[in-house]
Amino acid sequence: MSSEPAALSAKQGRGLYRALVLRKQLILAGLALALLLSLCIDLALGPASYSLDQVVLALVSPGSVPLQVRVVLWDIRLPIALMAVVVGAALSVAGAQMQTILNNPLASPFTLGISAAASFGAALALAFGVALIPAAIEYIVPLNAFVVAMLTALVIHLLSLKRGVTVETIVLLGIALVFTFNALLSLVQYLSSEQALAAVVFWTVGSLTKATWPKLIITSLILLATLPIFVRRAWALTALRLGEDKAASFGVKVARLRLETMMMVSLLAAIPVAFVGTIGFIGLVGPHIARMLIGEDQRFFLPASALSGALILSASSVASKSLIPGTIFPIGIVTSLIGIPFFISLILSNVRRSW
Amino acid sequence: MVTIRLDGLGAFHGARLVLSDVSTPIFRGGEVVAVIGPNAAGKSTLFKRIAGLLKGPGRVCLEGAVKGPDGICYMPQDTAANAVLTVYESILLARKQGSAWSVSDGDLALIDGILAALSISDLAFCNVGELSGGQRQVVSIAQTLAREPEILLMDEPTSALDLHRQVEVLSFMRGLARKHGIAVLIAIHDLNQALRFADKCIVIAEGRMIACGTPEDVVTPALLRDVYRVEARIERCSRGIGHVMVDGVAADGSDCIDSSLGICGRKPKI
Repeated sequence: MSSEPAALSAKQGRGLYRALVLRKQLILAGLALALLLSLCIDLALGPASYSLDQVVLALVSPGSVPLQVRVVLWDIRLPIALMAVVVGAALSVAGAQMQTILNNPLASPFTLGISAAASFGAALALAFGVALIPAAIEYIVPLNAFVVAMLTALVIHLLSLKRGVTVETIVLLGIALVFTFNALLSLVQYLSSEQALAAVVFWTVGSLTKATWPKLIITSLILLATLPIFVRRAWALTALRLGEDKAASFGVKVARLRLETMMMVSLLAAIPVAFVGTIGFIGLVGPHIARMLIGEDQRFFLPASALSGALILSASSVASKSLIPGTIFPIGIVTSLIGIPFFISLILSNVRRSW
Repeated sequence: MVTIRLDGLGAFHGARLVLSDVSTPIFRGGEVVAVIGPNAAGKSTLFKRIAGLLKGPGRVCLEGAVKGPDGICYMPQDTAANAVLTVYESILLARKQGSAWSVSDGDLALIDGILAALSISDLAFCNVGELSGGQRQVVSIAQTLAREPEILLMDEPTSALDLHRQVEVLSFMRGLARKHGIAVLIAIHDLNQALRFADKCIVIAEGRMIACGTPEDVVTPALLRDVYRVEARIERCSRGIGHVMVDGVAADGSDCIDSSLGICGRKPKI
């Protein structure tokens, strides 16, 4: 079947592949630069505005800026701005891997009810002090959120393995789970005291102002612990997108890969929700943007998903401060308001082409 | 040289035994073995069992395989994939499973060679979701070859190809088997192609092996009547290659498979 002209064009193919890789690396670098810029703007904006020069100087050489600037940037704004980056990356990576293992473009922690499950679990701790796993008091909320989110992820996973269960069935199941956990959350709110109710409502809105250095470190550690595992399985996860049979024929242990990935996804989705409340659409939109920009080779798709999710949440944080000067809107409201029209435009235009 | 022999092989789907007692003589590297039989006979199940994707009784006896069981590569039936990946990336993906992230010049040279050999270099940077059924099938063959198999199991690799491409692909696979000493097992519905390209033939019906031997010995009017329920003759062309000439659908009277095939039972459902 071989022929000389085909062999010639094949040699060119190698060069074209190298060029394709370079293009993807440049896109990743561009996303990283945009994220850095957004992070600096996020730090500069607030009730007291600083120039970008001052921000960079305060970060690079804290001793050379006035104490007030240093305190505002390092103790107040930096944990919040970095939390936006880490939570955005975690939710986007969780969404990307859910879409990969469920072979479903609409899968995300938010649309499949995992975020709602985490909210319910956390609300149980906030309203009634219920601990699903015995632990120190300060960790009850995130642990509850994780346990309920993980159980929900397991239910979705087990149902997705059933014969005859289609992509549409999983989405409908997710919608049912969202309604179920929202109803349970309302019940918790109804039964809780006024003080607890305020805490639950404020928490479910989703706000980065709850960020602290310890929460940031825990969330970062979870992201840093899970990313290398996904990285090591990049070829196997990409193979899943060619179909279960094809992946299995390549030697991928499909059932095990799915289960382990789902466990890590529930961790990635639950902990940010437990710390900063419900933040929607990042896990859905982030991976779609990454896919459109860079394709689905996980070696590039994974960092692109993390960067685009981080960029969206960081930019949303900037928007939450810029809509009405002097007022900071809860970020969960901003991401939903930006995410919904974006989501609709995705459905109407690019979803078919990019999936 | 690599050899493969199946010894009492069976396979479970869940708790149900859907394939049983498949025992064959030794197939050697360089041979092309056609696996034929009606729809839902158990051909794909047999391949999945040999590839270790299904559990069941019996043994797959390999000798001379440098990679051991990893040298068995299974190409599943064509399924549409809508991943945002180029053809080049999808072939690289098959090659790199279980390997490090980095892609060497050797990897790319192999893929270039496969693309050229299968005459699909022009598709290299098309998205896999945009391919026709026939193009997908050739890309799937390329993915399988990228794994450098020693035993190759191809499940209906030509079902979506036009006649020219079928002959081209099957000739190529036979040449590849001979050149590299690969044992190639191909599930195929076109009996004329099996007669033309295969060295050996296995017939599967109702989850059991009905016959095994050279295509000329196995593909007979009796088999066509009893397994496929058609009345047909085998005519040989000037080059001695057999052709199945179908006269019509068999009368619906027989209730057992011809005992000359070594098995009796209910007539196969097609």
